[in-house]
Amino acid sequence: MGKTLFDKIWESHVITERDDGTALLFIDRHLVHDATAQAFDQLKAEGKKVRRPDLTFGMADHYIATHYDPDRDPVHDNMVTTLAENARDQNIMSFGAGDERQGIVHVAGPELGLTLPGTLLVCGDSHTSTHGALGALAFGIGASEVAHVLATQTLWQKRPRSMHIRIDGELGPYVTAKDLILTIIGTIGANGGAGHVIEYSGKVIDELSIESRLTLCNMSIEAGARAGMIAPDETTFAYLNGKPFAPQGELFERAVSAWRELKSDADAQHDKEVTIEARTIAPTVTWGNSPETALPITGHIPALEEIELNKREQYNATIEYMGLEPGEKLTTLIVDRVFIGSCTNSRLEDLREAAKIAKLGKAKVPTFVVPGSQQVRRQAEQEGLHEIFLQAGFEWREPGCSMCVAMNGDSVPAGARCASTSNRNFAGRQGPGSRTHLMSPAMAAAAAITGHLTDVRELEGTKC
Amino acid sequence: MLAFTEHRGLVLRLPWENIDTDQIIPARYLHRPRDAGYGDQLFHDLRFTPDGKLRVGFPLNDPTKAESSILVAGKNFGCGSSREHAVWALLDYGFRVVIAPDFGDIFFNNSLKNGLLAIRMDEQSIESLMQVESDSTILSVDLPHQSITNRDGITLSFEIDSYRKEALLKGESEVQMTFRLLDEIKEFEARHITGNPWIETS
Repeated sequence: MGKTLFDKIWESHVITERDDGTALLFIDRHLVHDATAQAFDQLKAEGKKVRRPDLTFGMADHYIATHYDPDRDPVHDNMVTTLAENARDQNIMSFGAGDERQGIVHVAGPELGLTLPGTLLVCGDSHTSTHGALGALAFGIGASEVAHVLATQTLWQKRPRSMHIRIDGELGPYVTAKDLILTIIGTIGANGGAGHVIEYSGKVIDELSIESRLTLCNMSIEAGARAGMIAPDETTFAYLNGKPFAPQGELFERAVSAWRELKSDADAQHDKEVTIEARTIAPTVTWGNSPETALPITGHIPALEEIELNKREQYNATIEYMGLEPGEKLTTLIVDRVFIGSCTNSRLEDLREAAKIAKLGKAKVPTFVVPGSQQVRRQAEQEGLHEIFLQAGFEWREPGCSMCVAMNGDSVPAGARCASTSNRNFAGRQGPGSRTHLMSPAMAAAAAITGHLTDVRELEGTKC
Repeated sequence: MLAFTEHRGLVLRLPWENIDTDQIIPARYLHRPRDAGYGDQLFHDLRFTPDGKLRVGFPLNDPTKAESSILVAGKNFGCGSSREHAVWALLDYGFRVVIAPDFGDIFFNNSLKNGLLAIRMDEQSIESLMQVESDSTILSVDLPHQSITNRDGITLSFEIDSYRKEALLKGESEVQMTFRLLDEIKEFEARHITGNPWIETS
């Protein structure tokens, strides 16, 4: 029987296997960010040094400031400084405050060419699944595992099962990778991919840009999956060509020949198969506190009767937390804040989409645009996107995780409703008491200029 | 790692689905050094109102449940962020066992690496352990025999892979164990990088 893309990458990294089938895997790339200080403490407690500093890269993103704030909590800056100190002590290349390569680890990693097809990449951050968009096997790990990788450049893992999600057809106007992944999570559930690595394929995927593929793989973790991945193709190779850390010249050509083999064989079997018809997908938003509460923007908040009996207690708590009326139309929800950014949607393509809509009006509520990296920020400014945002009354900030996880001081006030391009709508995720609705950059920009959740397709000037 | 052999304790039931690591410990509390402890921040925003009062109705705030050490949770417990602080908060509060139909994968790994015994058990089995005295259930968890027993003598077995079981029983660090395989690692590494020379960036 043939092998899947996942099988091929997994098997080429197995150093040894225990009797119980758990494998010791070699790690090609280890990305460490500024919220992994405790893992370095653990490394020291084990009496070890980083074994392969040349395969380990630091990025400041979770705690870094996105604007000048005289009242900023020094604890946040300490975390950024601690990463720099740990990197210096351990001889790791690190892109921190002031570095032109700094950015969110899942945005800057791919754009620097640190993420390569066929590699096994880990990071102490669940959204490491993002990097699978380039045909890598990439997954998030916990702090003890980070310490283990730092010390040994290896990781013990139980082999996940494989799931195949095929997306046929074509995406409609203003339907993006974000709508696609929210629909997938709404369909299979927040634990639908648990224990699996998802491989995405189909006509829609073939036609997606790398940036959209990164968005799609990014939220595989919200479907409960260990990783998401897409077989590398000509789009991938073109994207990587010339990237600073990608192989150059003859070595690049050799690498591409090897990377062309990285696809599931025609007779490969996945453990689970799901097919989604892209044509049926509308711009999608979430209403509750799990990404699986995704609905087409044309929908309404479910009424109690629409909820399974055993989920009603939790539903009532969600309705109360989110300040919703059962049955009300999604488009009537008034927003107080808009956040365009995060490792899901802060790439150049995302900012271009948001800018197209921002041109059509003025922000009715405070709106932050936080590019994913210094490179994205520079490119956006070269294209004049920041001018469009500023003209529309949006705030244009410095790169970082910002309000997605609210660890650096940027947060949504208690009780405020935020249209957000980030990945999690958990209670308190964007700050204590914050109410998050997930959506695409175009939809978030539409909410900013109308002041309520809006079907971007209905907005004056976007008729298609 | 904290060693685990047997544990007997009071059960806290939290049957909600998709309790994510942001609920277990909010992101704004992650910068403490490990040895400062995280128990006071466990379920922070579920336990406390914004003005610091105990939130009525949250199970852990029931005074009869304050000493709980076995958490019985709903589906997909510990989903979300990879933060190991979620496990540390549970351990530091006093939990030693978490039982759920399934877990966020990273949370599950994190738990076992720290000596918090995470047990996957189907909902029906969980109910059969709980039905007798739902308000003050005491369970005995026996890792060597891989069994859970309630006060009525109902015993159910659970699965755990043998390596993880050994590591938990000994409380052994995985790093030290892996270092015994260093020669094998180096041999693989040399071959792997020769075959894929683009892995090295310089």
